[in-house]
Order: sequence, then structure tokens, then C-alpha cells
Amino acid sequence: MADKKDLSYLSAKESRRITKENRKITKEYEKQISRKDVPESEYLTKMHNDKNILEIDNLHTYFFTDQGVVRSVDGVSFDVPRGATIGVVGESGCGKSVTSLSVMRLLQRPIGQIVDGEIRFKVDDDKAYDIAKMPIAEMQHIRGKKISMIFQEPMTTLNPVFKIGRQLDEVFELHDKETKAEDRRAKSIELLEMVGIANAEGVYDMYPHELSGGMRQRVVIAMALACQPKLIIADEPTTALDVTIQAQILDIFRQLKEKINSSIMLITHDLGVIAEMADFVVVMYAGRIVEKGTLEDIFLHPAHPYTIGLMDSKPSVNKDVDRLYSIPGKVPNPINMPDYCYFRDRCEKCLDKCDGEYPPLIKISDTHYVACYRSEDKEVKE
Amino acid sequence: MAAPKIDRSFTPIEHSEENILEVNALKKYFPIQDGILKHTVGYVKAVDGVTFNIKRGTTMGLVGESGCGKTTTGRTILRLTDGKTSGQVLFNGQEIYDLSAKEIRALRPKMQIIFQDPYSSLSPRMPVSEIIGEAVREHGIVPKEEFDDYIEGIMSDCGLMSYHKDRYPHEFSGGQRQRICIARALALNPDFIVCDEPVSALDVSIQAQIINLLQDLQEKHNLTYLFISHDLSVVKHISDTIGVMYLGNLVEYGSRDDIFDSPAHPYTEALLSAIPVPDPIVKTNRIVLEGSIPSPANPPEGCKFHTRCAKCMDKCKTEIPVQKEISPGHFVCCHLYDE
Repeated sequence: MADKKDLSYLSAKESRRITKENRKITKEYEKQISRKDVPESEYLTKMHNDKNILEIDNLHTYFFTDQGVVRSVDGVSFDVPRGATIGVVGESGCGKSVTSLSVMRLLQRPIGQIVDGEIRFKVDDDKAYDIAKMPIAEMQHIRGKKISMIFQEPMTTLNPVFKIGRQLDEVFELHDKETKAEDRRAKSIELLEMVGIANAEGVYDMYPHELSGGMRQRVVIAMALACQPKLIIADEPTTALDVTIQAQILDIFRQLKEKINSSIMLITHDLGVIAEMADFVVVMYAGRIVEKGTLEDIFLHPAHPYTIGLMDSKPSVNKDVDRLYSIPGKVPNPINMPDYCYFRDRCEKCLDKCDGEYPPLIKISDTHYVACYRSEDKEVKE
Repeated sequence: MAAPKIDRSFTPIEHSEENILEVNALKKYFPIQDGILKHTVGYVKAVDGVTFNIKRGTTMGLVGESGCGKTTTGRTILRLTDGKTSGQVLFNGQEIYDLSAKEIRALRPKMQIIFQDPYSSLSPRMPVSEIIGEAVREHGIVPKEEFDDYIEGIMSDCGLMSYHKDRYPHEFSGGQRQRICIARALALNPDFIVCDEPVSALDVSIQAQIINLLQDLQEKHNLTYLFISHDLSVVKHISDTIGVMYLGNLVEYGSRDDIFDSPAHPYTEALLSAIPVPDPIVKTNRIVLEGSIPSPANPPEGCKFHTRCAKCMDKCKTEIPVQKEISPGHFVCCHLYDE
């Protein structure tokens, strides 16, 4: 018990020292980010696989807090193929939202910084940018136009003092300056119809508070689709909604994906939603990927004890159990991460080897990777 | 402008010894006031004639979309709102709204509630032992000299350590806070607990811990739960009987197997088909409900569900359906089962 207390205790002097140090570090990053007139060649890059729209490669996103450095995303790599849906699952605090915010470059600055890694994004057919190295001002042309994001809370995403129509028109105004006002209006109404709003012209002139949660989320989706982005990041898009409304929204996603052929990165903690929507699944735990693979790999042959535990702990309507499995213990302190497997202390199947360093991602089939020593014997060599 | 008339008529029921709680035609309306003089111009019919009963030692699940009156039902049953509009609430055969302030206070320890959000339902200025122990002392559950041991016993029952006693709520994670809330309810030695979305704010793996804890405690202390949730998979796991609510009405009510294996009401069918199943092989035949839930201040005429119902008939638009028993213990409010 005494040891535990020591770890969380921080003297004022120590805290001040950390703050000072952090300020020095983040200042450097900030300088780098906010430079003006950066030549394009600096962040121009090539995709490793031409089929992908987004490649996240060894991404490290740290938060320099007054208590110490929090490694929210610590070496995450995955690809988003064109036209596919990637599901990112994990519990709160595992870094799934921070990954998406890194892609959008919307991290809380200056404490949140991309420290290392590449985010390669295919802007045009023959051009790719490394988003991690782009100056922040340049991101304006990517955000909303090439990549758009749907947030969890539709009420906080929409501005309460502007009409829906005004907020939708703004997207066109920013990204397509030539359009005339009446064209914009027509386009916005068309979008609202596309996401299944019956009274589109009426809603165009309404304020967000006049709409229900499901309707608001539709408006947010319409806004995200305005410029026909190549990638849509949906961060828990249905968590705040009722099941019946959730079913409607998921249906819209499915139809729209076919219509505009964009990729979706779906972040959620609901395995049911993932099973229904995703083609590929990434399971995250404490800032790292513990398992990734196709939908079938993850749901039919889960290999990591955390993935298995997560599935068993969720009650499901299609199976009956007397007692739910619960993963013992809790997530380690993000400031003092252990140097062995982060899941070891909660794992009921650990081996002697688990005391050693953090396991690498082991390839157990062409599409299926897992970070666990127990799967070592199944490794496929290239 | 005069306030609209409220129909307060109902047929009283007889108490049966096996039921801990009997709710009969319970209505709870909230007045809508307007103008300088605060005239009542209408009512929000939050609970509009709900009838069910709960047997001792069982769990009843109450599901429905947000705004359908689940929480108001839970609160009205515990007399946490200022009066009911009409109907009966019998707790151990005793109408709780007939009791005097003193009598209801004596009854309070027997019926407790666990709230949804463990972050806002604990006083940030009280240490854990005080949060749990305040009501114990007030109601004189145990003699003074046994007080400390009693609190520690309750805490260890709920998976809290004795050194947690002097800590404050902000030092705990969401799951542990929910354990404190459960300990607080349990410390009064209740018979009946209303669990108002106790796991909705928690992560999946923590959810499992809390659900297991609630089940263990039920077995140990022979508790009866009213489990309110919008998560059907959780409700299915924990409940013996389930009630489905829509816009203040209990549209279907029956045993867990009745509801999940042979849902009778079109709304229940739609609700069940909307649950995403975490198995890529299972493909559900989804019934997507159009539109959203109408306003409870101005509900549709006739059957309240007819605006979204796929099986709507002419009759549904004018006539209010009554609760019918279609098989033993399985009740449904729908014109499809008339005659």
C-alpha cells in the first residue's frame, strides 16, 4: 500500500520541475508546427501500398502533463484500405480517440504532441502527404474536405446559435469558394435528404435544439459528407443514441459508404456495432495495439487474452451465461507504465516469458497480428 | 384557460403475499405551466398507466428508449417525486402514498435506489465511510459500538478495501464509485433496490464486475431489484421478468423468455432486432423504426405507437389498447391480440 501512495504522490517542487521541462519540449514542437511557407516537398511522401487511403505507421502521441508524460498512443500502426471500414475497439483511455485526433491534428496543444511516426494519407491519386509533419495551417485544406470527423455528442458538435442551414453552408463556403449562395442551399438540402431527414427544407431553417438526438447526429453526418471526403472518422457516433436510432444511423452509414465510396474509421467500445459494420478490426489497450485482423479473425479466432476477455465480459442477446467473465484488476497508471506486457497483471494465462519486455506484434496469419507471447508458436514467417 | 381533465379512475387490486411490489395503473403527470399566472395548460404524461408486480427475490428489467418514462416510474415507486397522479403503489401490501412523513421515513431503509452516474451521485466532500454510514446512523441500523465493523463488512461485501474508508470520491475510478453507491444502498439492509441504469456510464469490463456484484448480493441478501436500463443485452442477462416501456406505457410485460423468444408487441420486436449482435455470422433481420419517439406532452391518439408501427390498423389510430394476458404471465397492450 505504501508503495502505491509514493507513486501517485508528487511534491510541488517536482511538479514545477516537470512543468518547466515540458514547456521546453513542447515549445520546440510548437515551433515546428506553426512555421509558415513550408515547402510541400517536406511532407510529401509515398504510400507503401497503393490500395490504402491511410497508413498509420508507428505513431507516438504523448501528452506532456504536469504529472509526467502520458504515452497515450505508443507505437500504433495500421492501414485503412480504400472503401473499407476499420473498427477500432478499446476501453476508455486506451488511446483510440487520441489516434483519431492525431490523424485530424486536433490534439489539445501544446500539451498533446505527435512525437514520432508517420501518418501517410493519399490526398490525390498520385499524391500522398505525411500528416504528422504537416504545418497546422495546411491542415485546413485536408480537414472537412479530404478527411472529416463525426463526434460522439451531436449536441456539442453543432453550434447552438446558428441555424442548421448556416452551419452546413459554411462547409461549402470554406472548401469551395466559387459556389453561389443559392447553390449552397440546394446542396445542403440535398445532403439533408441523403441522410434521411424527411423535412429537409424545414430542418434547414431550424436551430439544433429543435431537433432530437438522432436528427442532430444525422445533421452532423451530413456535414461530414459535404465535400465527399475520402476518409470519415466516426468517434463513437452512436454511443449517445438509443438502440432504435442507432440502427437507423448505422443503416445510413452502410448506404452512404456504397454511394460515395469512402473509407470509414469507426471508433467504438461496442463490439456489436463493430461486428455489424467493420471489415477490419483493431483492438487497443493502454495506448498500443494488442490485436488486429479481419472481422472474422478477431471475432471467430481471437488470440489475445484481452480480446477474449472483452468479448466474454459483454452480455449478449444471442447467448446465455450464468455469470459474466470479468477481467480482474485495472488498466495500469498511464504515467508509470510497466516495462513488461501491459496486460500481464490482469492476464490469467501468462507465461514466464511475459515478465520480459513488451511482446512484439506477431503475425499469425496473412491478415491477423497479435501482441502476445502465447501466440508465438503460431507465427507465420515471411 | 382551465387545465385539461385527468382520468384518475382505476380498479384497485388485491395484495398477493408473494409480491414485494405491486404497481397498478400508476400515472405521473408533470404540469406544463404558461403565462404570468402559471396556469396549467397541459401535462407531460411521463408515466401513463403502468401496471406490473415484482415477486420477492427476483429482478425485473425495465427497458425503453430515452424519454419513455423508465426513470420516472422508478422514482414514483419510491415516492421520490412529489406525489403520484393516480393509481396504486403497494409495497408489501401497503400503499406508500398513504403513509405519513414519519411512516415513510421508517420504510425508506427497506427500499433503496442506485443512480446512473456515479460521478454526480456522491458528495465530493464526504469520505467514503460517511457516505455509506450517514444513513445507517440516522436510521439506527446498528448500535454505535458495532458501527465501524458494520461499515467495513458492507464495504468488503461490495469489493472495497477497509483502507478506502477515509478517502474521498474523487480518488476512485468509475467502477469503484459505483461500488460505493451500491454499498450505500446495501448498508440499510434493504429488501428492494431500484437500479437506475447502474452500468450505463461504465466500461465493458467494469460493467461485468458490477453486474456480477449485483447478482452475488442478490443471492446473499435475498434482494429484489427493479433494473432500469436501455441496454437490452444487460437486461436480458440479469432479469427474470422484463417490462418494455414506450411513451409512458408498459407495452409488453412478461418473463425473460417470453419477451426474447416470443415478443408479441411490434415495438418489442423492433427493439430486439435493433440490438447489434457481436458475432459476424449472425445476421439479424432488422426492423428499422421510422422517425423518433413523439413528445410525451402531446402523444398520438389511440395507441401511442401507431405512428411508427408497421402493423398499424385503423383501429389503432382511435382506440387505446388495454393490457391483455396472452399467455400466463405474459401481458401485452396491442390491438393485434384483440378478441
